[in-house]
Amino acid sequence: MRDVAIIGVGLQKWGELWEKSFRNLFVEAALNALGETKVDKIDHMYIGCMSGGLFVGQEHIGSIMADYLGQRYLGATRVESACASGGAALRAGFIDVASGMSDIVLVGGVEKMTDVSGDGATYALATAADQEYEVYNGATFPGLYALMARAYMEKFGATRDQLSAVPVKNHDNGLLNPNAQYQMKISVNEVNNSVMVADPLRILDCSPITDGAAALILCPLEMAKKLSDKPAIKILGSAMATDTIALHDRRDFTSLDAVKVSSMAALKMAGKNVHDINVTEVHDCFSIAEIIVSESLGFFACGKGAEAAANGETRIDGKFPINPSGGLKSKGHPVGATGVAQAIEITYQLRGEAGKRQVKNAKVGMTQNMGGSGGSSVVHVMEVA
Amino acid sequence: MNPARYHREMAQRYRMEAGKCKKCGHVYFPPRLICRECQGREFETIVLSERGKLLSFTVIHTPASQFKDISPYALGILETKEGAKLTAQIVDMPADQIKTGMELQIEFRRVQTDGHEGVLAYGYKLVPVM
Ligand SMILES: [Zn+2]
Repeated sequence: MRDVAIIGVGLQKWGELWEKSFRNLFVEAALNALGETKVDKIDHMYIGCMSGGLFVGQEHIGSIMADYLGQRYLGATRVESACASGGAALRAGFIDVASGMSDIVLVGGVEKMTDVSGDGATYALATAADQEYEVYNGATFPGLYALMARAYMEKFGATRDQLSAVPVKNHDNGLLNPNAQYQMKISVNEVNNSVMVADPLRILDCSPITDGAAALILCPLEMAKKLSDKPAIKILGSAMATDTIALHDRRDFTSLDAVKVSSMAALKMAGKNVHDINVTEVHDCFSIAEIIVSESLGFFACGKGAEAAANGETRIDGKFPINPSGGLKSKGHPVGATGVAQAIEITYQLRGEAGKRQVKNAKVGMTQNMGGSGGSSVVHVMEVA
Repeated sequence: MNPARYHREMAQRYRMEAGKCKKCGHVYFPPRLICRECQGREFETIVLSERGKLLSFTVIHTPASQFKDISPYALGILETKEGAKLTAQIVDMPADQIKTGMELQIEFRRVQTDGHEGVLAYGYKLVPVM
């Protein structure tokens, strides 16, 4: 297996981008990523996208994106694992380069979510759950995470204020990220009193609906110096794990086994311990998700993640900085792009280019991208080469 | 909803039929072709008991469009005596009386009205024990 490096990254400011089409969102991010490199020929593209079909009525995403990126006869595939599509695309690209099949791979992620109504987005997102045995009976995504939140709060005595500490911290970080969708400070009180979505989760516990794309360029580490002046970011570990599609079939509603298994495998491959990780981007689709993920990754013991968040341990200057980008909550969550954007934030952090949100002495970083209510999880570990 | 798609799940929605692995005894709702625990492929059809324990619940205020007329509504995860778990609405009781760990009864009810034609879709809901 060859060593693989990230040599260029690109995205745009995310939000409700009504003037930008599905295809041009992707092309803009891809051109930004290519602009950081001297690459003149791409061998293959992998594009994370959850539901081009339901959001914009477009499938065959590999072809349309390669075409509009000005490429002809290029191999290009769409990769889907619900909200973990971007992470899964990165893993596909990593495997392609590591195996020696391709030298230059463009990994992208894109979702255009605001062309449909709120109902349309709720419907599209719910397809990541069990249609016949969850959604049919009235489950929604906030509803599934609310079931986890109640189980967690009752089992460990976690408080409303502790839950709110997560979105408050992520908005503080997003305020320092020029590409974030919501650049505004929020308070624990505002989260606690925001509109109820699915008890106990309120609107400020939830990540937003977002248009956006992200792209990065992979190549063999030995070619990195020749193809980019940016510091090469070496991917040390890559792993994915699945779990039951329905939340009710899980062993435990207060932990995420797919996160545990994927992170243990990625860390083992990297030859690292979780305490070697200096900066992490996790899938905070809901406040409770960041808390449970921070435990399942091994940063905190079961039931201690909420308290740790409230104590500031996951802030940029804390012991285990989580989501310096602002996370899904503040940066936005164009589902297929999220996993790729997580790797881009870690790239900025490891290059020392994260500006006001820079984590000091960041040498090793990790990303965790989740599909559905935890039915899949993808983890990558990377460091400055 | 497509009639064939609806028909395929009727044994579960109308009669609560589950599959019990003949090798290890694990119960699946809905039934499956292969056992996750032991990879066994032979199953016995059983009917789930009518009562179970509530493991967690929520009250949904922003539902999908087909549930807007009943919003807000409670939704919970129930575990039956056989160890099968399912997600269903909790009805016929005020939300503030719902408690994790309580016993609830499974009842056959109308679950959704499908689209403008108003085709009714049935299934199971959770109600207080009589
Ligand atoms: Zn079995």
